[in-house]
Amino acid sequence: MKFIADIMGWIEKSPVGEFASQSIYAFAALDMIHIAAISIVVGMIALLDLRLMGVAFTDYAVTAMARQVLPWTWSAFIVAAATGLLMFTGQAVKYSVNFAFLMKLTLMAIAGINVLLFHFIIYRSIAKWDKGAAVPRAGKIAGMISLACWVAVVFYGRFTAYYQFP
Amino acid sequence: MLELSQWVNGLPISLVLRRIGWFVPLLQSLHILSVGIVLSSLMMVELRAWGVAGAATPAAAGRRFLPWMWAALAVATVTGIGLMLGAPRSFRDGAFLAKLYLMGAAAIATLALGVVLRVDGGLKDARVPAARLIGAVAIVLWLGATLAGRGRWIAGMLGG
Repeated sequence: MKFIADIMGWIEKSPVGEFASQSIYAFAALDMIHIAAISIVVGMIALLDLRLMGVAFTDYAVTAMARQVLPWTWSAFIVAAATGLLMFTGQAVKYSVNFAFLMKLTLMAIAGINVLLFHFIIYRSIAKWDKGAAVPRAGKIAGMISLACWVAVVFYGRFTAYYQFP
Repeated sequence: MLELSQWVNGLPISLVLRRIGWFVPLLQSLHILSVGIVLSSLMMVELRAWGVAGAATPAAAGRRFLPWMWAALAVATVTGIGLMLGAPRSFRDGAFLAKLYLMGAAAIATLALGVVLRVDGGLKDARVPAARLIGAVAIVLWLGATLAGRGRWIAGMLGG
């Protein structure tokens, strides 16, 4: 763990880390863009998840919705990840041991595995349930897992700033 | 605005909310999630108006997504008022005032978009130019309100 702490300390003292932590404009601007981008990521994913769960927009084809939602989701995700990474460099040591922050990363990893399983296994039979048919149970569950993970990512993201867990 | 924030600051409910440590981040999370639905559902309507996505007419997309947008806006407003009580210092920030103006303008633009889409009545493409323009303005205003909502004016930055 000493090794990780050393790396985090090095990140924090790098020019990028110093810029993120020392400039009064940098953190406020990064934070503002990060939250706006995250809200678009989660909002877009939630619309698709609600469709998969059969809660809303059931008269839209799943493929059509995915095609519209995903480019915006990924674009906003890149912005959120880039701003998030920059904010991380400013206080790398503290974040790397912050429980809420580690939970946020874990949940993002779970959401990532979930979407891979969905794409490579469940989505292969899409032709049968794209429109006008019930989404198979596995697809509904994947939608629920995704929605739950991303909602929790937002919560843990906020709690990261409020609680400095030991 | 200073007097208002001082007055809210002294309200018993504000004191209670600030005592409960997890309440403000919880409200903020709900606020962020509902803002996400507002932006996303409006973009879904607008993508169709621009013909970027889907076979459905913009009017049909409006009927499907705008109710979600308004419901999410109601949640964002309620949680936003909760946050004003829980963290009243933000009133003194110029960015907060800018956010209120942007929200007002964005809500008017969104109402106008709803009207244009309804007049269209499903006639494919009949009023698409108007829907394109008004919808794009609405999205830019909502995005501005989102950024200003988290933004801090220089005075506010120094004050944390």
